[in-house]
Amino acid sequence: MIRNPLEAILNSNKREEKTMSKPVVATTSLAGCFGCHMSLLDIDERILTLIELVEFNKSPVDDIKTFTKAVDIGLIEGGVCNSENVEVLKSFRKHCKILVSVGECAIMGGLPALRNGIPVEECLHEAYIGGPTVQLNKDGIMPNDDELPMLLDKVYPCHEIVKIDYFLPGCPPRADLIWDALVALVTGDPMKLPYEVVKFD
Amino acid sequence: MSNLIKFKIDGKECMAEAGKFIVDAAADNGIYIPTLCNMKGVKPKGACRICSVRINGRLMTSCTTPVADGMEIESNSTDIQDLRKSIIELLFVSGNHFCPACEKSGNCELQALAYRYQMMVPRYPYEFPMKPVDASSPRIIKDQNRCIFCKRCIKTIKDETGRSYFVFRNRGHKLEVVLDEEMGKTINSATAHLAMENCPVGSILVKEKGFDTPIGKRKYDKEPIGSDIKL
Repeated sequence: MIRNPLEAILNSNKREEKTMSKPVVATTSLAGCFGCHMSLLDIDERILTLIELVEFNKSPVDDIKTFTKAVDIGLIEGGVCNSENVEVLKSFRKHCKILVSVGECAIMGGLPALRNGIPVEECLHEAYIGGPTVQLNKDGIMPNDDELPMLLDKVYPCHEIVKIDYFLPGCPPRADLIWDALVALVTGDPMKLPYEVVKFD
Repeated sequence: MSNLIKFKIDGKECMAEAGKFIVDAAADNGIYIPTLCNMKGVKPKGACRICSVRINGRLMTSCTTPVADGMEIESNSTDIQDLRKSIIELLFVSGNHFCPACEKSGNCELQALAYRYQMMVPRYPYEFPMKPVDASSPRIIKDQNRCIFCKRCIKTIKDETGRSYFVFRNRGHKLEVVLDEEMGKTINSATAHLAMENCPVGSILVKEKGFDTPIGKRKYDKEPIGSDIKL
């Protein structure tokens, strides 16, 4: 079973706990649906091992909003569709030693990238003025508050904006894949990639 | 049999009938060489190059090259594997292959090859070309976003007089495989289903048919493509 090697990792970590601090993990969802974060939670009871194994920093998991220390592993869900995504992604690259693109959207833009190839103006027009479900926007107002991030011309894969070190495909990536990757990164052991676990859907 | 010849693939002694194409001769000897545009019963055309092997220092497509006596074929070396992977990656970036939203996902040969060669991310930038979807036929949707120009539909989907339902239109980067507008109106259900089945990707879809096989039970969920080729 999977648990035994883990307990071994845990025990070895406990022994070194006094001298070594836990690896720090940060996560974020850019233009994603939070499905990849759901898949992370889908590791079930192994989450108890995970919180023993690592410490979370900036992440929706613990609701820490800003980086408070240097991070070892950053998990990125979602592609880059607006100026805020660019900013967050760049700050992750700055603070994290290792950045991982998690899921199809981070790797290739995913469903939001279906708009790639259609001009932004046309997309906005369809959403707020011309679309068949638009009813109450009689004045044809488009979102224009300064607080709102600017949409980019298209949705970019994360590795086209910053350097990404590893890629975990899937929609979402199987919980076992995320788990195996985290354990491999934390322990430095080579990662197993069983055939059934690496899928694009 | 008298016309058996000997040849080698990656140093392994093989035997086959003279004149067989390398890809078939290899399969007879339990060796899988990946194919994408090739199809059983259809004249091979060497379009996708995924079956490339090295013979006498030269890359050849094994679906179009007949095996010869004493031939020494290199198929599984690192550089050839990487060449095949790069072809898969090029196909992924040059179209719009949104696997999570594709009806063919799990049964798609292009995706299955990407799984087999462990494509985690293509090394090339995504092109995101603007491509149309033709849903004018009452039975078929032709999604150009996913077409890889393998010609399998053109070669195999014909009416009783031998006319192809599908045809090439335009040239160069504007090239597309389209369903003939007139013939598409009258295509029958069996032919439409065969067209969807023969398409290696999700470019030809039968209308009113969607995700009917659960994840985990689809063709390439558990076993890599080519697993059926074993001794």
